[in-house]
Amino acid sequence: MDKAKPLLNVENLGISFGGLRAVQGVDLQLFSKEMVGLIGPNGAGKTTFFNMLTGVYEPTEGTIMLGNRKLNGLSPYKITQGGISRTFQNIRLFGELSVIDNVKVAYHSQAKHSLLSSIIRLPQHFNGEREMEEKALAFLEIFQLQRFKDEKAKNLPYGQQRRLEIARALAASPKLLLLDEPAAGMNPQETKELMNLIALIRETFELTVLLIEHDMPLVMGVCERIYVLDHGQLIAQGTPTEIKNNPKVIEAYLGEEVS
Amino acid sequence: MEYVQQLVNGISVGSIYALIALGYTMVYGIVKLINFAHGDVFMVGSFVGFYSITVLHLPFVAALLVSMVVCAIFGMLIERIAYKPLRNATRIAALITAIGVSLLIEYGFIYVRGAQLEAYPRDVLPDFKINLFGAEIESQAILILGVSIALMILLQFIVHKTKMGKSMRAVSYDAEAAQLMGINVNRTISYTFAIGSALAGAAGVIFGVYYTKIEPLMGIIPGLKAFVAAVLGGIGILPGAMVGGLLLGVIESFVSAIGFSLWRDGAAFIVLILILVFMPSGLFGKNRREKV
Repeated sequence: MDKAKPLLNVENLGISFGGLRAVQGVDLQLFSKEMVGLIGPNGAGKTTFFNMLTGVYEPTEGTIMLGNRKLNGLSPYKITQGGISRTFQNIRLFGELSVIDNVKVAYHSQAKHSLLSSIIRLPQHFNGEREMEEKALAFLEIFQLQRFKDEKAKNLPYGQQRRLEIARALAASPKLLLLDEPAAGMNPQETKELMNLIALIRETFELTVLLIEHDMPLVMGVCERIYVLDHGQLIAQGTPTEIKNNPKVIEAYLGEEVS
Repeated sequence: MEYVQQLVNGISVGSIYALIALGYTMVYGIVKLINFAHGDVFMVGSFVGFYSITVLHLPFVAALLVSMVVCAIFGMLIERIAYKPLRNATRIAALITAIGVSLLIEYGFIYVRGAQLEAYPRDVLPDFKINLFGAEIESQAILILGVSIALMILLQFIVHKTKMGKSMRAVSYDAEAAQLMGINVNRTISYTFAIGSALAGAAGVIFGVYYTKIEPLMGIIPGLKAFVAAVLGGIGILPGAMVGGLLLGVIESFVSAIGFSLWRDGAAFIVLILILVFMPSGLFGKNRREKV
């Protein structure tokens, strides 16, 4: 990777809950249009790390820089508007809203028309709504969800819900997309399709992607670089091949060799 | 024919309950709080309308709008000052605060202004009788119903067709996921209080025009009844609040029509007890079984 300025620069990031240091001393750089994996055993602090990036938790130490902007302490909606958006490990769609409304909600911060213009029905309202509708439909089409557009999100089959979550995250027009176990609960065929899709959207939208995933072949297959987290600390980073042969990583996953 | 008349009366009163109930149910839907100060917002709205008409000599529609705007701001202030600091506190803490806010508004208002009654002037709206199927119906009842229905349609439009409405539904479903999708949750909650309070303000003006007599503690009983209406329809569900309010108004009218006018206020609470015993999630609520 060239020495260009990273899109996301995380330095010495850590968080404590009371006496528990859930994550500490994490340094991580993401460069533009990279696809990077974040792996580690259960409870290693991966989701906590995502929560710090998106402002759900405020880190107790360290800094997060997105471009030239410091993200520590910003509220989550500002961070999202600033260019980081995410999906969730356990799907968190707005179940009572229609599929298309789920996508539109995420597109709101881009739409400019105001509530007042809607109430008195100015042309602004209609243009804004039309633009939003078109954009949302375009996202649904990429994920082949357009035929479900008026269905309530909670009625979609599981695999489609996962795809809708990604569509919704994309509608917030992020520079950095965080995917928290997007393939969890999918069968190998669905997983493969999903990965092709992620590769495709990354190309189309010129995204940087940070991916948490347990499916090792998958992570090794699609990511250019991988970070490994264990007990809240980074224990390794490098290309998939380096990671595969790193004794520390093997130890973290399989336990120490019995001698 | 008396029954047609009672039905129309019931629907008119019920539409006032429905307007107040909408505020309860919207706020509950988004922050899971029963805002017991809501009845007092209704009272403040009624007084704002009264002063707009008597002091500023505004016509009915202008007074209605002034009252709605003042109440919207008032509702947002209540939320900012009293409820926002308790956003992550236990629900009971917020509930007790709501009762405290209610008492503060009532007695603060009496302290500043005095407890004396006021009467809306009689000539705010044209008053004549309409003959419908042999029943004498007051023109005011019709106008009130018209205004209420117009406001409910406006609300439906806001909730279902605007960005803010979609944000509200998203926040009420999952506030944390909503803010991670770029929605400003605090602003959405503020708007919800503003819209709910504006409806209560409108209800206050309508109430004043219809019943003429207003006083600083007038919000208590309609507030409680509107709460019953919201529970009757299924709290957190907008059409539920509308139907619940109208139904409650009709029930009350018929209770007095068959000769139990003293039981009129009691009827609402009997309805509440029956609903809580037999249909705790209300007419429109779905009984959610926990998945194992």
